[in-house]
Amino acid sequence: MKLKVKASLACATLAAAASVAVAGAAYAQEKEQFFPVLSYRTGAYAPNGVPFANGYVDYLKLVNARDGGINGVKVTFEECETGYATDRGVECYERLKGKGPTGATAFHPLSTGITFAVTDKSFNDKIPIITGGYGRADSVDGTVFQWNFPLGGTYWDAADILVQHVGKKEGGLNRLKGKKIALVYHDSPYGKEPIALLQERAKRHGYELLLLPVTHPGVEQKATWLQIRQQRPDYVFLWGWGVMNSTSIKEAVATGYPREKMYGVWWSGAEPDVTPAGDGAKGYNALVFLAPAGKGQVHKDILRHLHDKNQGTGPKDEVGTVLYNRGMTFAMMTVEAVKRAQARHGKKPLTGEQVRWGLEHLSLDGAAIKRLGFAGFMEPISTSCENHAGAHSARLHVWDGKQWNVQKDVYKADQSIIGPMIRASAQKYAQEKNLSKRDCAKEGK
Amino acid sequence: MLYRENGQFKSTYRADQQMLPVLQDRVFMLALVAFAFVVVPFFASNYLFLSMLIPFLILALAAIGLNLLVGYCGQISIGHAAFMAVGAYAAYNLVLRVPAMNFLVVLVLAGLIAAAVGMLFGIPSLRIKGLYLAVATLAAQFFIDWIFARVKWFTDYSHSGSVSTAPVELFGWRIDTPAEKYLFLLAVLIVFTVLAKNLVRGHIGRAWMATRDMDVAAEVIGIRPVYAKLSAFAVSSFYCGVAGALWGFIHLGSWEPLAFNLTLSLNLLFMIIIGGMGSILGSYFGAAFIVVLPILLNQIPQWLGVPISTSTASHLEFMIFGALIVLFLIVEPHGLARLWAIGKEKLRLWPFPH
Repeated sequence: MKLKVKASLACATLAAAASVAVAGAAYAQEKEQFFPVLSYRTGAYAPNGVPFANGYVDYLKLVNARDGGINGVKVTFEECETGYATDRGVECYERLKGKGPTGATAFHPLSTGITFAVTDKSFNDKIPIITGGYGRADSVDGTVFQWNFPLGGTYWDAADILVQHVGKKEGGLNRLKGKKIALVYHDSPYGKEPIALLQERAKRHGYELLLLPVTHPGVEQKATWLQIRQQRPDYVFLWGWGVMNSTSIKEAVATGYPREKMYGVWWSGAEPDVTPAGDGAKGYNALVFLAPAGKGQVHKDILRHLHDKNQGTGPKDEVGTVLYNRGMTFAMMTVEAVKRAQARHGKKPLTGEQVRWGLEHLSLDGAAIKRLGFAGFMEPISTSCENHAGAHSARLHVWDGKQWNVQKDVYKADQSIIGPMIRASAQKYAQEKNLSKRDCAKEGK
Repeated sequence: MLYRENGQFKSTYRADQQMLPVLQDRVFMLALVAFAFVVVPFFASNYLFLSMLIPFLILALAAIGLNLLVGYCGQISIGHAAFMAVGAYAAYNLVLRVPAMNFLVVLVLAGLIAAAVGMLFGIPSLRIKGLYLAVATLAAQFFIDWIFARVKWFTDYSHSGSVSTAPVELFGWRIDTPAEKYLFLLAVLIVFTVLAKNLVRGHIGRAWMATRDMDVAAEVIGIRPVYAKLSAFAVSSFYCGVAGALWGFIHLGSWEPLAFNLTLSLNLLFMIIIGGMGSILGSYFGAAFIVVLPILLNQIPQWLGVPISTSTASHLEFMIFGALIVLFLIVEPHGLARLWAIGKEKLRLWPFPH
């Protein structure tokens, strides 16, 4: 009896799968590169998920409209709604990983929880997981995390840069002694990632670290900010996402905590985070590692090729906002990785494994960035088999009530501190999972 | 016509007491099990295994566990995901600290640890009933969520509070591919279903049901409520603990405390309400309904070629899913298992109903 359900279900889904398979066979011969898009346009994180997804998809469309694909290989994509939920994200991953003539190019889970879950699967599926600026900090180590690419930096880099910045403000890192730094974080793997590094730095510089978790989705923070009012930390680091960010800023206004002393991670520094607080958000700082707000050459192209022809994914005024730009930049880096891999494997649809080679040999210097129309929107990046992040630098930007103003100073995360932590953590993961390490030297160019 | 037990005489107690007394049921069940073991692994795609069948099997096990407590013993719990979490983290720590242990032993021990915790949180049930008890079990949910998020020892001091596990190995068999996972889970589930089915037919199950129907009367006829209620909590948490360990090790591979949050507890409760309280079969129906339906609903627009955005599809999914739950509860408050029973009743008279 019980299996009856399963049987009828199997039939229904098999039928559906068969129809998909037939459709798949029909275009298998064509030159298409399939990009899966895990997005969240619903739920508590939608205000941040939507512009990111629109930027990502717009750039893919632009590649087709402006360049006719990647060296003649047309870009196809399909979205799947995760709602930022890990189980649905994994379901989406399974749904999309085999589509297109060669399977999925690379996944951007855009959620640390989903990243953790699909990382395990990537070893079997051989599809790169790109977690630009998020995900596991230890996945920089490409010898263990063979398929993860935290392009641009990790949370350990971010936390390190924030400590460096406040140290500089105080007149030297040793002046942090006796200061109090509060970390207001989303109580999930995402929010907990930076703790290890902040503790390591606290040991060195002697500041006191207050850990203040906020439970999902983060609309209830009265207790957290009461603690801040009592403890009066010298700085507040905000590790929030979605509606949690704007709530924090509003609570800071209500508590009377100066916004100038609040520093958000790069996921806590976009327009949807500050605009709900109105003028109260003025002076709030956040990290920005790739793609600050603004418009450059590539935006002109997107407006001309897509939005002027009503082909844009989202509203026109969204183009150039922080998260839109970030989504667009990640799409660009993925496309560039495909291009790089095509140079080795030929101008045809590539598998995830071939794309990985491209991701590991990605090298975008100033000239390349300018050529792509991204001048002023990103720092140069250069990856390798051992280092899957490729860059560890970031700037800060300040909200002036109307727009984000990017500050001049570029900070570089101190790899002498982070490096050993990454190796230790990756080693532990390899042990837990019984993974054999990759020998990068053997693989050659 | 086909489904009729005329002429099936029982001449021994043994024959009278077997689990499926009707021959047709036995044949059908054997065929179904054979189908699930032999045919499904060949035809199902990886996607079907990983996103539907595997979660379905594990959650069916958890739903059976919850049904033993809520459906058979009448003690409402909205904290059963917490006992799954206990099972999962217990198994994680057992594997971590005693690597040589066989996974089946780990499963049983994880279940036993969950059972102990379940009994602890079941103690209030001796004094309070109904909604008050539900609120007390809610405390279990929050407390256990909190402890796994805050006490670092349980997660082996991982930076982000999330833990990961290696693929399960059993007597040299590495349970790695989706089909292998499915077969392993199916075997576990069948064993536990048979156990549960026999448990509820035996004296323990009868004691539970008597307690559920009227606890004072049960006490009068000699059933000790302490024993009945705590054993129900123990067995139920044992099942959920095992399900939790499987959920972590076989389905997720790496997880965080959020994987066992209140939403999962509520989903388990919905499964048994929709599937049918006090019915093992209903747990299966409920699990299928809650696991599979949202995924199907989400993809139907795409299969039909309707060009709507993913967000609209998600919103539609929520609306239709909610409406279906309400509809089922109105049409058949006793759950899908009752519909199945009605169907069987009709089948006996078919094709000549009087």
